[in-house]
Amino acid sequence: MDEAHISHGFRSKRQTQAKDRVPPGQYVTADFPILSAGPTPQIKVSDWKLALQLGGSLLGVWTWEAFEALPQTTIKTDIHCVTKWSKLDTTWQGVTFDDLLKAVGLSGPPEPYVMAHCGGGYTTNIPLADLIGGKGMVATHYDGLPIAPAHGGPARLLVPHLYFWKSAKWLRRIRLMPTDERGFWESLGYHNYGDPWKEQRYDGD
Amino acid sequence: MTVIDTSALAERLEWQLAQVRDIVAETHRVKSFMLEPVNWTGHLPGQHIDIRLTAEDGYQAQRSYSIASPPEDKLLTVTVERVTDGEVSPYLLDELRVGDRLELRGPIARHFVWTSGSSGSLCLLAGGTGITPLMAMLRHRDRSSCRTPTVLIYSARSRGDIVYQNELDGMARNDTNLRVVYTLTREKAKDWAGHRGRVDRTLLATNCFPPAQNPAIYVCGPTAFVESASDFLVELGFDSLSIKTERFGPSGG
Ligand SMILES: Cc1cc2nc3c(=O)[nH]c(=O)nc-3n(C[C@H](O)[C@H](O)[C@H](O)COP(=O)(O)OP(=O)(O)OC[C@H]3O[C@@H](n4cnc5c(N)ncnc54)[C@H](O)[C@@H]3O)c2cc1C
Repeated sequence: MDEAHISHGFRSKRQTQAKDRVPPGQYVTADFPILSAGPTPQIKVSDWKLALQLGGSLLGVWTWEAFEALPQTTIKTDIHCVTKWSKLDTTWQGVTFDDLLKAVGLSGPPEPYVMAHCGGGYTTNIPLADLIGGKGMVATHYDGLPIAPAHGGPARLLVPHLYFWKSAKWLRRIRLMPTDERGFWESLGYHNYGDPWKEQRYDGD
Repeated sequence: MTVIDTSALAERLEWQLAQVRDIVAETHRVKSFMLEPVNWTGHLPGQHIDIRLTAEDGYQAQRSYSIASPPEDKLLTVTVERVTDGEVSPYLLDELRVGDRLELRGPIARHFVWTSGSSGSLCLLAGGTGITPLMAMLRHRDRSSCRTPTVLIYSARSRGDIVYQNELDGMARNDTNLRVVYTLTREKAKDWAGHRGRVDRTLLATNCFPPAQNPAIYVCGPTAFVESASDFLVELGFDSLSIKTERFGPSGG
């Protein structure tokens, strides 16, 4: 369809705030978006481990204490959920991908793609270029507090420049891979890359 | 989790016009809209559409609505609850008339779908308007004369807030394999003989199929409802991979 159909009598009820910060089709909310396909896994930090994997080999495994001992970074950023909510100025703390790669002795990206494996059986795929250079982290704290289970705690990915399902919750394992593969939502109708500014919500967008 | 790669089929879901063919007032705060899209390629029970409204000044808003009609129906039904002070739902309920046209695209997402070909028993949990995608499943089950043992547990505020009650009761009357259980969270009337209060462990334990049967479970409603109901199910021993959830929004019933 070339031109949008005007719905007569329809008017905006929202303050048009921070227009340049809100991608097309999104609106600002004070709520915290939750999108997940199943129950919330309850993961104790004492049971939690994060693995970094390259092909068949394990580059590193961190317990909660070991992970907390890695260099910590705080990011203040806007997040955009594919269900149309955006939330501005959220604050996250965790370990950047740059520091994670450094921690296992890598100076550059060994493979171009990443699959994030999570509690509940979920996966999501992201180009490694979208995670390094300060663009992505493994977050453990939101607004100064440990991330609540419903929001992905103990640890979730944070890739704020992509739709928020890419910021996979309940992260357990990061697998570096030579070719792109689709994750859970990406195989079920959602876009493979998910750039909110290009409104890449669904497959084919 | 089974993941089917259909990326090869990827085609953009284009915005298209649909005409409103009929409007049904379901409750005091809920209406159903029967839509006829220009070009509809079919859907699976549980999928949703996006609706986009454009104001005269070019302002646009999009929202998701589950499809309540089964694939067997010619028209596409969405059932919308009024969110007080909302931007889109009051417009749909108050301004939209039969004959008007509306922009939509879909069908969207395949994580929350059920078809009558699936094996095993089926357990559906609805909180408020969360009944909509589950209704598409029940209608599809009914139209395809499927006899899969099924239970629907439906939590609503009060008797007057139960959407589709006649149709649900009618389906259950004609089908011994379908059980419909209502629970009301704010009903005051003394003559309500059904359950009261929020969905809890006891209600689930007594009305769901036992975990050993490994039923397919679908939970839909406001976030708080979905969170608490699915937590109870996991505590009761249901396999979390057999529990599929769809969250409609921040609060509500
Ligand atoms: C996959 C999916 C399927 C959905 N299917 C349906 C459906 O079948 N029927 C239906 O009625 N809705 C459905 N929804 C919810 C719908 O998309 C809108 O969120 C809802 O209609 C409110 O939009 P609004 O513009 O009227 O309110 P908004 O202007 O978005 O919100 C106004 C205020 O109400 C709050 N609010 C927003 N949504 C809700 C809510 N659902 N409950 C309570 N408070 C809320 C907001 O935080 C805000 O403060 C679905 C949502 C999703 C993600």
